[in-house]
Amino acid sequence: MSTDIPSQKDAAMKLADSDFATDRREHDVKSAVQDYWNKIKSGELGALPAILGLISLVILFTALKPDTFLSKANLANLSTQALPITILAMGLVFVLLVGEIDLAAGVASGLSAAVMAKLLVDGGQPWYVTIISAIATGIVIGTVIGWLVAVLRIPSFVVTLAFFLGLQGITLRLIGEGGTVPVRDDVIVAIATKNMPIWLGWTLAAACSIGYTATLLLRWRRQRVRGLHSKPLEFVIAQSAVVAAALLISTYVLSQDRAPSPLITLGGIPWGVLLVGILLIVCTFVLGRTAYGRHIYAVGGNAEAARRAGINVTRIRISVFMIGSGMAAVSGIVAASRLNSVATDAGGGNTLLYAVGAAVIGGTSLFGGRGKARDAVLGGLVIAIIENGLGLLGTKAYLSFLITGVVLLLAATMDALARRRRSSAGR
Amino acid sequence: MAENGDPVLRLTGLNKSFGAVHVLHDVDFTLRLGEVMALVGDNGAGKSTLIKCIAGIHPIDSGQIEFDGRPVTIDGPRTASELGIEVVYQDLALADNLDIVQNMFLGRERRTGIVLDEASMEESAREVLARLSVRTVKSVRQQVSSLSGGQRQTVAIAKAALWESKVVILDEPTAALGVAQTRQVLNLVRRLADSGHAVVLISHNMNDVFEVADRITALYLGRVAADVARSEVTHGQVVELITAGRSGDLGLAPTTAAESI
Repeated sequence: MSTDIPSQKDAAMKLADSDFATDRREHDVKSAVQDYWNKIKSGELGALPAILGLISLVILFTALKPDTFLSKANLANLSTQALPITILAMGLVFVLLVGEIDLAAGVASGLSAAVMAKLLVDGGQPWYVTIISAIATGIVIGTVIGWLVAVLRIPSFVVTLAFFLGLQGITLRLIGEGGTVPVRDDVIVAIATKNMPIWLGWTLAAACSIGYTATLLLRWRRQRVRGLHSKPLEFVIAQSAVVAAALLISTYVLSQDRAPSPLITLGGIPWGVLLVGILLIVCTFVLGRTAYGRHIYAVGGNAEAARRAGINVTRIRISVFMIGSGMAAVSGIVAASRLNSVATDAGGGNTLLYAVGAAVIGGTSLFGGRGKARDAVLGGLVIAIIENGLGLLGTKAYLSFLITGVVLLLAATMDALARRRRSSAGR
Repeated sequence: MAENGDPVLRLTGLNKSFGAVHVLHDVDFTLRLGEVMALVGDNGAGKSTLIKCIAGIHPIDSGQIEFDGRPVTIDGPRTASELGIEVVYQDLALADNLDIVQNMFLGRERRTGIVLDEASMEESAREVLARLSVRTVKSVRQQVSSLSGGQRQTVAIAKAALWESKVVILDEPTAALGVAQTRQVLNLVRRLADSGHAVVLISHNMNDVFEVADRITALYLGRVAADVARSEVTHGQVVELITAGRSGDLGLAPTTAAESI
């Protein structure tokens, strides 16, 4: 026999424990920084590109348009401009995570909004009925797409391209050629155009900062007490400080009076931002802390492994398309609220590519298995800043298209390169 | 409490055909706790079919399966894993984008309410790796994509050991590995048996077989040519059993061996 095994189990445990010498459960700052650097070198970029992109874009547009870009009114406008893209992208993150694509999400959002507007205007239904109907429309579309992709195994690219064309036809039929349906319901219009009271904004921002910090600290303590893998305390504190600072600074900026005339006051966080915040928390929880979320990552990483582990891959695939299109419907409602109307081309054009771009810029992989809900928020901000900044500069339409296309291509290139690095770093 | 050496799985008179092709003929196969059983045979001898019958992927045509002394019917992969039979397939079935703990608990996550119980999963994973003296893994929170081939095999085997499994079936675990990594995995196979599992090792490599196996079962064209203790045979005899179905007075009777062809 070639192996020498300590006869007693305790001895084996001790031996093994000493052999875990490199498995540091508690990291000091130095080793954690080293780990992070290694991760980046091996292609795990995380949120880094999006954050660097955000900072450089803000610097760029502030330099080019010093008066207008950082004005209070424009910053508030920016925050609502990012809402529909962000929500659409957050739904797409689920679809991208299992390695599929939903090209129809944009027009699904348009059709859902058209259903809502029609029910409001022609049906005379109350706002909650119309919102529920819109979301139900999205979920039905997602279910059909998901069934075609997961059960019949038609490539999602083809299925959703077909839906991209078909759903535009339905929207056109519903609204009528060249028509626009106005949305005048107070509650729906308030989502993207009205602001919450200033005291409420501060309360929520403070509550979120404290809640986030407390969650991180409690987890860190639990990991320490039970001898599990944990980050150094300095990292945990820095992470909570950055998030709290971002929350409080945005609240401060949005709470300023931004009314164009001194006769009225206009300030506070738009209600839609709260909606994105809630969606972000829920999606992050589902993806990171539930078995369902874990199974989504598993299907995206290795569908065969997931199947052998007893996961119902078909059901996971259908469900992500339902979530994607359901969120698209929410995004359509917010867009309708922002524009006060639904047009026949709602959600068409480059809406979807902006949202895919947002998810990918935020760090979600087009190859499946990697991504987080927060990617949609970071990427959505980047796209909104580009759109907003180019608008302020008065860039010609052809240039805007070119620039946005290049940015999307850059993000996809980085994703592909990072993936190559990962596969060469492994094994 | 089951002791090492107790038979845990006993197949008697197992037959399996695919259409007109009779793949397994009256196969008898016994696994004991704490023992490594090497399953050898040429391509097409029926090794994979036998394993798939045990794992519940193929239903059997006739024959008896006893598990822990009681007769059982294995009608699906789920039944097999409920009994405590785990198979580590050649293509490892790990998700690259998840870490070691997440892979080991994939599909059977522990949770409190709807929230995953990460802490207890990490503790159990650590415990199993420590029990098997796995010393090559840097951190249990490492992503599988950053592991070497040998480390992946280690994780796949440790995953099988995690589930109170009694029978662990390894399909050519060293086929794609280098010398040092093969050594790691073979040591792990030995420790797996010593910690009270019954291990089936499918391998074409006689060195591996002679290094870790306690018993050797040779299949020849769907029949058991021999079920012998490793100490009773030589390399040469096992090779003859694989290629001709008999070796000296071991193996199938000449007429049976000839008939099967």
